[in-house]
Formats: sequence, C-alpha cells, structure tokens
Amino acid sequence: MNAFRLANRLVPRTMGAMRSSSRILGTTNALRHLSVPATQTTQALDQLGSVDHEYESTRVDRVAEPDRRAFTYLMLSSVQFVYASAARLLVVKLVASMAPSAEVLALAFGEFDLSALEVGKTIMVDWRGKPIYIRRRSVAEIEKESQVQLDHLRDQEADSDRTIKPEFLVVVGICPHLGCVPLPNAGDFGGFFCPCHGSHYDVSGRIRMGPAPLNLEVPPYKFISDTTVLIG
Amino acid sequence: LSLTFMNSSHNRITSSPLINLPSGIVRPSFSLSSLLLQLQISLKSLLPVNLPRLNKAYFFALIDSHIIHYPTPITLTYAWSFGSLAGICLVIQMVSGIFLSMHYAPNVDLAFSSVEYIMRDIKNGWLIRYVHANGASMFFIVVYSHICRGLYYGSYMEPREWLWVSGVILFFLMMGTAFTGYVLPWGQMSFWGATVITSMVTVIPVVGSAIVEWLWGGYTIKNPTLNRFFVIHFLLPFFIAGFTLIHLALLHKVGSNSPIGSDTGVDDVPFYPYYASKDLFALSCFLVFFATFVFYFPNVLNHPDNCIPADPFETPRHVVPEWYFLAYYAILRGIPHKTGGIIAMFGSIAVLFLIPFINSSEIRNTTYRPIFKFFFGYSLLISLF
Repeated sequence: MNAFRLANRLVPRTMGAMRSSSRILGTTNALRHLSVPATQTTQALDQLGSVDHEYESTRVDRVAEPDRRAFTYLMLSSVQFVYASAARLLVVKLVASMAPSAEVLALAFGEFDLSALEVGKTIMVDWRGKPIYIRRRSVAEIEKESQVQLDHLRDQEADSDRTIKPEFLVVVGICPHLGCVPLPNAGDFGGFFCPCHGSHYDVSGRIRMGPAPLNLEVPPYKFISDTTVLIG
Repeated sequence: LSLTFMNSSHNRITSSPLINLPSGIVRPSFSLSSLLLQLQISLKSLLPVNLPRLNKAYFFALIDSHIIHYPTPITLTYAWSFGSLAGICLVIQMVSGIFLSMHYAPNVDLAFSSVEYIMRDIKNGWLIRYVHANGASMFFIVVYSHICRGLYYGSYMEPREWLWVSGVILFFLMMGTAFTGYVLPWGQMSFWGATVITSMVTVIPVVGSAIVEWLWGGYTIKNPTLNRFFVIHFLLPFFIAGFTLIHLALLHKVGSNSPIGSDTGVDDVPFYPYYASKDLFALSCFLVFFATFVFYFPNVLNHPDNCIPADPFETPRHVVPEWYFLAYYAILRGIPHKTGGIIAMFGSIAVLFLIPFINSSEIRNTTYRPIFKFFFGYSLLISLF
C-alpha cells in the first residue's frame, strides 16, 4: 500500500481532507465526497443499542500484521483452488462422456478371413461402419502397378507403400472427392470407378482420372495369419 | 390509487435506503475491488446513505441492483440458503439431463438397455446417471426444506402471498418433471407408477376413459406414452426456469423475509459479498451431502424393482413411488374410496395455495406464536412417523 493512502487512513477524516486527497490522487471516487465522518453517525446509532463494532474491532491492520493477512489469502486461495478443480472436473467428465463409448471402441477392430477370395476378385466388408474393399491381385497386376511412374499420379504414392502383402489390396471404399462408394473392378484403369462424378482408380486404388484429390485411403491393418487380416 | 402506486417506493430496489440514486454523481468506471473498498468505507461509517449508481450501462446496473448491491436483511440464517441451492439443483439436473439424453433412447424396446449402456459403456456415464437420479432426490430435500422455512417463518404472509403462490406452481412443475422422469428408465416401478398415476384420470366421469386413452396415446402405456413423457420431461424444466425468474422478481419486489420478521430494511447488507459467500458455503456443504449419495450410496434412494425391465403383465408386489411422493401416496391409499382418495391426494398439495389467504396472524415467525408452534411441530412429527 502506498504511503499516501496509509497516511489517509490513519488521519481522522474530514470533508476537506478527503476532497483534497482525492483531487491530488486523481481518483474519481465519488463516495468520498459524500461520506460523513464516522464519529458523528456512530454516536447516533449507538444510542439505538443495535450496533456492534465488530467490523472495526476484528479488522486486521494490513500494515501492522502482514502475516495474518497472508494466512487469510492462503486460506482463500486454497479453497478457490478446490473450486477451480471442481469446475475443471465437471467440464472434463461431461466432455469425456461424449467420446466414443466402450461399445464403439470394442467394435473398432474387424477380423476378416480371406481364404475364399479368388484372384482378381474384390470383396467388401464393414469396418467401423465404413465399406472396405479387399482385392486379391494377380502377379501381372502387381507388376503393372509397380511400374507406374509417380510423376503421372495426382497423389504420388508407390504401390509398395500402399500394401503389406502385395497380393491383397485393402482400401476404404469411400471416394475422397465427395464420399460416394466407388464400384469395384470398374473404370478405365481396371481398379475402381466412382459413378457420382467419374473418378477412376487403378488396381492400387490410386486416383488416375477424375475429380478426386487423393488416392483411396488405406486403413490401418495387419495380417494375423496368411489369410486373416485384422483391420483397425 | 394508481398514481400513488406508480412511485418507486413499492419496489425494494428503488426504495431501499441502501440504494437511492444521488443525482449527478456517477462513477465512470466499474471494478469489483474498488467497489468492495467503497463498501467497506460506507459500512464502516454505518451510513443509511445513498450509494452511487455503479454503472451507466443498463445491463450491469440491472445485475448490480439484483445480485451485488441487492439489500438483504442481515439476520438471515442458513435456512435462507435453500432457495439459491434449489436454483443450483435445477442447473445440475438440466446439465446432467442434457448429457444423459445424448445417449438415452426413448423407445420401449431400447430405453432400459440404453440406460444400462450409459451406466457401462459411456465414459463417466455412471456418474452422470447417478448425479441425475440422486440429484432429483436432493432437489426435493432442498425444496422441502425451503417450503418448511417458508411455513415456519411466515414468508407466505402479506406482502409475499403471490411469491408463495409462484412457489407452489414451481413445486407442481417440479413434481410433474420428477414423475415423467422416473418413467424413462422403463423399469417395473417406472411402468407401474406411470400406470397408477395416469389411471387416476379415469375418475373423471363420462370422459375419463377417453381422456386416459388420449393421454396414453393408446389402450395401455406403450411407446407413444414413453415418447411424450420424454418430451414433457425435457420441456418442463424450462418452464421451471422461467417461473424461477418470476419467483425471484416477486421476491425482489418486496425483499426477503427474516427470522425477526420485521420488514423495515434498516439492517440490510448488500447481497455480495455477504450472502454470496454464505450461499457458496451452503453449496459446499450441500455438495458434500450430495456426493455422499452419488459416490457411496447411489442406489439407496432407488427401488430395486426398477432394475427389472418393465413387464406390462406383472405388477410388482410393492408398487411405491419415490420417497418424495410417499406422503401423498399414503394419503391416496389411506382413503378407501377412489375419487375421495384422489381428491385428498391432490387436495393435500393444492391446499398450499390457500395458506397465504387463510392466514389470520399478524406475527410472522412461528417462534413467537406458541399455539401455532405446538401444532406446527405436532403435524411435522405426525408426517414423519
């Protein structure tokens, strides 16, 4: 607290002093202009017998006893920390409740058996509510895809980067253009063809012609046996 | 008559000695710390003086005059904290209810399992469900305490009659919300409680059975009933919120009652910080009490039969409503006549409307009314045992 304010508090207030002090301090403290010196009114109210001076008597002087005020601040700030923690907890719990539930997370993985899939054929499976195309490719098709020059591709990805076992192509059957499901074994490149706006994909699921900006997405998957794939 | 009524003195905010607006003196800036300093200075000299208007902006002046500088009697006890607690209970119920309704399915085939889905699969779903279910019980505890305070301290007496009436309307809305909400989990108690209460409508002569089929949307309680009960349960709390504003407006017109019962307003303190901190402390205590139920005894207020999916062909042996309706249920069952029982049950709540208008006492606080105090305590004892 600055010394000027301290001096103000210790000196008995009169109307004149307060007006000059507030002018000097430059405060626009309207109330100071109005307040009547304490001694006059307390005398009158004391006679009513319903006034106690607890506020003044229990008041801790900030200058004389700095540690007591520190204790109060410590108490208050620790309780306010608890309030803040409670608010944070409330928000975290409620926001977390909107996250995918245990049921959804349990259905996040899909195991599919590919032993019956013939060469050159494509099957569609349901993973997380999305259509997944799995195509068994012939050696000739794999060879052809690996020889495509990356410069010719809008979304440059090598075929070897898009498969774990080159024999099986696993892609999400959602066109990256505007979300339609492409038709398998169709189109000018022998892969997929999206009938909505005419995107052509090759046997590696890469966009070759049409408006789609990206190749068909490859989901996270692994082979848990030679013919069983775990997607997710 | 209307001219005299149009001056400011009938409104507590403009007529209170603590808040009279001096002309020409305006604080150009508003900050809470300098505000508190002002408060200390003014209280220190214990002036029945005018505080300057804090803000020229209408919105802040409105908030200030109703929540910050609002003159509140200095003698209020913790019994007066139940009002703000009830408001907070409403907010708790609305927030937990909204998050529950993100996952609840209001269809007879899915309702019960969707509640179990919330309990098991949704993250923190168990917490939100227990908060909502036990929060309803807490809401009733708080509101019953609030009503008890009103009855004991004569807060329904002149000039607060319409405040009391708005409170009883709030109580009815609350009971409607609780009733429709209890049906939603579609357990045995949900179904049969709904059947019993909605069937009461059949007591109306001539059109009773037509009305009940309209209410059910069918010949028995089925999917249409569940759907509309879900909508009503979602809708009524917003009516409660609106009526709460009316309730507060009626309160702020005349100001709070006090244990002393004299409405002179000479011993008023500003709501902030005194009653804001008192209510905050009361809230902390209430939350500890609430948390004890939610985390340690979450099902003790619930009936185990409600964990059995509803079966329209088998009534449980002990059909009871939730504890907060048991008193009225006892009245219903106590009268062995269908119409009489129903009239007595609704009448026992509707009689609350009459209380301010049949009162003949000039003394508010029951402490100073020995005969009334005896009967008040006696009837309280009777209702508990």
